Amino acid sequence: MIDFIKGTLIIGGALFMLLASVGLLRLPDLLTRMHATTKAAALGVILIMLAAAMHFAEVGIVARSFAIIVFILMTAPVAAHVIGRAGYFVGSKLWSGTVKDELRPNYDPLTHELKSGLETQENAKRQPRETDPD
Amino acid sequence: MDTVILISQVIMSLALILTFVRVVRGPSLPDRVVALELFSTTVVGLVGVYAIKSNVASFLDAAIVIALMGFLAAIAFARFLERGGPRDD
Repeated sequence: MIDFIKGTLIIGGALFMLLASVGLLRLPDLLTRMHATTKAAALGVILIMLAAAMHFAEVGIVARSFAIIVFILMTAPVAAHVIGRAGYFVGSKLWSGTVKDELRPNYDPLTHELKSGLETQENAKRQPRETDPD
Repeated sequence: MDTVILISQVIMSLALILTFVRVVRGPSLPDRVVALELFSTTVVGLVGVYAIKSNVASFLDAAIVIALMGFLAAIAFARFLERGGPRDD
C-alpha cells in the first residue's frame, strides 16, 4: 500500500516537472514561461520530497525533506519576482496577444522612474495634515 | 518500485532535455535564467528520487544545497541584469 502511494507521488512529481519544461518550451514570452516553471516545478519537488519522507520514515529525514519543501515554497516566488522585474527592466518583449500592461504608462524605461499617476501641482505643494493615516 | 523509479528518471531526463533546448534557443538572457532555474529544480527532484532508489538519506542534504545554489544564481543573474552588465543575447 505504501509502495503504491510512493510510486504515485514519484510519477506525479516527475510528470509535473515534464509539464513545467513543456510549458517553458511552448509558451510565447518571458512572463508566461515563468508562470509555467515556478508553480509546476515547485509542486513536482514537493511531491517527490513527500515520497522521500514516506520512504525513510525517520524523524530527522522527514524534517529534512519538509525543510526542502518549505525552502522551495519560500524561494520560488522570490526568484520569479526578481527575474520578472529584471526582465521588464531590460525591456524584454511581451507577447503580441497581451491584453493589459498597467506598468507601461507610468514607467519610463530610460530613467527607470515610476510614477504613481497622481503627480499634480496641488499634490506637489501639499503639506501633511493631522488627519492623515500614518 | 524499481520500475517506477526508472520511469520517473526517464521522464525527468526528458524534462531536462526540453529545458536545455530553451537554454540554447532562448531569445533573451532572462529566458535563459528562467530555464537554468528550472534546471536546478529538476535536478533537486532527480536527487530526491535517487535517494529513494539507493536508500541513502544523505542525498537529501545535497538536494538542499542544489536548491540553495539555484536560488542564489537566479538572484545574482537578476542583479546583473538590473545593473546593466554586458550582454550578448
